Amino acid sequence: MPTAQVLDSHTYPHFDFRTPPELSGTEAARHEVVIVGGGPVGLAAALDLARRGRRCVVLNGADTVSVGSRAICWAKRSIEICDRLGFGDRIVEKGITWKDGRVFVGDENIYNFDLLPEQGHRFPAFVNLQQYYFEEFAVARVQNEPLIDLRWQSRVTGVAQDGDAVTLTVETPDGVYTLTADYVLAADGVRSAVRRALDLEFSGKVFEDRFLIADVKMKADFPTERWFWFDPPFNPGQSALLHRQADDVWRIDLQLGWDADPDEERKPENVIPRIRRMLGPDADFDLEWVSVYTFQCRRLEKFRHGRILFIGDSAHQVSPFGARGGNGGLQDADNLIWKLDLVMRGSAPESLLDSYDDERIFAGDENIANSTRSTDFITPKSPASKMLRDSVLALAKQYPFARRLVNSGRLSLPAVLSNSPLNTPDSAAFLGPMRPGAPCLDAPVTVADGSAGWLLRQLGDGFTLLGFGAAASALTEDGFAEAMRAGPVPVAILAVSDDPVALGDPDGLASERYDARDGALYLIRPDQHVAARWRTVDPAAILTALRRACGLADT
Amino acid sequence: MAGLITDPNMTDPDGFYEDLVSAHRGLSDAESAALNSRLVLLLANHVGDSSVLAAALEAAVNTGSATGR
Ligand SMILES: Cc1cc2nc3c(=O)[nH]c(=O)nc-3n(C[C@H](O)[C@H](O)[C@H](O)COP(=O)(O)OP(=O)(O)OC[C@H]3O[C@@H](n4cnc5c(N)ncnc54)[C@H](O)[C@@H]3O)c2cc1C
Repeated sequence: MPTAQVLDSHTYPHFDFRTPPELSGTEAARHEVVIVGGGPVGLAAALDLARRGRRCVVLNGADTVSVGSRAICWAKRSIEICDRLGFGDRIVEKGITWKDGRVFVGDENIYNFDLLPEQGHRFPAFVNLQQYYFEEFAVARVQNEPLIDLRWQSRVTGVAQDGDAVTLTVETPDGVYTLTADYVLAADGVRSAVRRALDLEFSGKVFEDRFLIADVKMKADFPTERWFWFDPPFNPGQSALLHRQADDVWRIDLQLGWDADPDEERKPENVIPRIRRMLGPDADFDLEWVSVYTFQCRRLEKFRHGRILFIGDSAHQVSPFGARGGNGGLQDADNLIWKLDLVMRGSAPESLLDSYDDERIFAGDENIANSTRSTDFITPKSPASKMLRDSVLALAKQYPFARRLVNSGRLSLPAVLSNSPLNTPDSAAFLGPMRPGAPCLDAPVTVADGSAGWLLRQLGDGFTLLGFGAAASALTEDGFAEAMRAGPVPVAILAVSDDPVALGDPDGLASERYDARDGALYLIRPDQHVAARWRTVDPAAILTALRRACGLADT
Repeated sequence: MAGLITDPNMTDPDGFYEDLVSAHRGLSDAESAALNSRLVLLLANHVGDSSVLAAALEAAVNTGSATGR
């Protein structure tokens, strides 16, 4: 774990410890859900539970939000998730919106990318915002949510589970208590105490390299783009990254090599000249935070252990190249909470929780594979691998094909859960990306009163049937809604058509993205992934797909 | 797309081989290896199809060396 030092720091909020019922002698209830950890993932999980009317306790060992240089890049999908949870707009307002990146070899700009070349999405490809702000905004939402009992300075030190409950030991400034829950979500980060208490193996790869991560405050007129250098003149033979955050803070990553001495490298007298070489002799900057990191990619073999479910960094760790850590973790919470709610309601079998394992291990492996490929490109592990990497860079200066091989991080995209057991395979032909398992794409729509809105905003917290054209009219026919009542869970109905009560598709983008040409019907899960799609409306087929998506497959 | 072509397919095999050898003349081992890797990358892009590339990689890995191991 890197040690770090604050030089000119952000002012972190301090949160008091409040004596919980377990310590004040009042009767200590058994809890339905306890979340260990109040980072981005634990807080998102708590807010999602509250939206479903469920109480939870969140235990956070710290007395403040994330300290130091951690996540900055939040992907579009994460902002969409936060929007459903009520703080997406705050992230966009405070953060720095970007979508373009440049890659340099030496001092030559060899390659540019644009992560969201198309219009018609509510949120941008990426917003950069310091992790402490992300958490502050989430905490503000949590504090308005009476169903969430967020307990600061409450550190979990022991875990025991049997067939019907989990018992946690919690250390606080006022002493130790135990608390019992039906389910525990371990969101306690990469050094998870829950994981260690269960003695679970967390294995993978360490990348033998060191990176100086500095957050510097400066007024600079670099564009709002991700700039990545291989072998720049100011850090020869190594890589560098420059990226803007809120409040005129800039993230700088400088590759140091495995032989660098981390204690020496993070001393301001060594850091400042390095950064000056990069930014030029006249740059006027202050260091906000400096650390030296070594990166790893690893995961738990299974994310579900009985009544304990691992989400976020406690379950999987990636290198930051690609920004897949926090973004992946938010998708874990998004994937799990609706399932847990249905199981607790008795609407779905407990085995639905195993689909969290199936789907998020698949996604975790995709994130690890992408992150590993980037890290292997940035830090080649053998002379042969370095030779190939340098050959790619040499060719990239001249030939476009090689630019596509240059890998400075493949930025987080949501996983397409194509092989999920919850999907119903297509029975009709469709074009485009919205296949079963895919996360829904946003599009502009007009809502009933004629005002402009966004498609994803119209999806609620449950299952939705989204119909286009002829399929949309069938959804409003007599008897259809009654037929749907035979399903295991309620389904909301959303129609996109010319009918004045339906959503309008002013630019045709919704119909295009969902390939709605002769009518189309989508069954959308609570986490906004497609479960099934058809060209025509057959209530029996819909109910079968709905049961399947709830883990009630008729086998 | 068809699989990896392993029957004769070059328009001028002897000429290509001569050019390949002379491109390496005077190079250090490291320079030669770098030249080969640039060549592999250029040719791989020309081939494009990932199943053909996988077949070529497998064929190269499994052939081993003619002069000792
Ligand atoms: C340099 C760097 C750059 C990064 N950049 C990005 C990026 O751009 N985008 C991105 O998405 N991700 C990025 N990441 C990764 C990101 O920071 C993590 O993936 C993210 O913080 C994981 O969230 P989490 O909620 O799972 O865990 P954490 O954020 O680690 O939160 C863990 C929580 O658990 C609490 N806790 C720990 N132990 C206990 C205990 N025993 N009892 C009670 N509470 C406990 C902690 O106080 C904390 O609240 C970066 C990471 C690093 C290091």
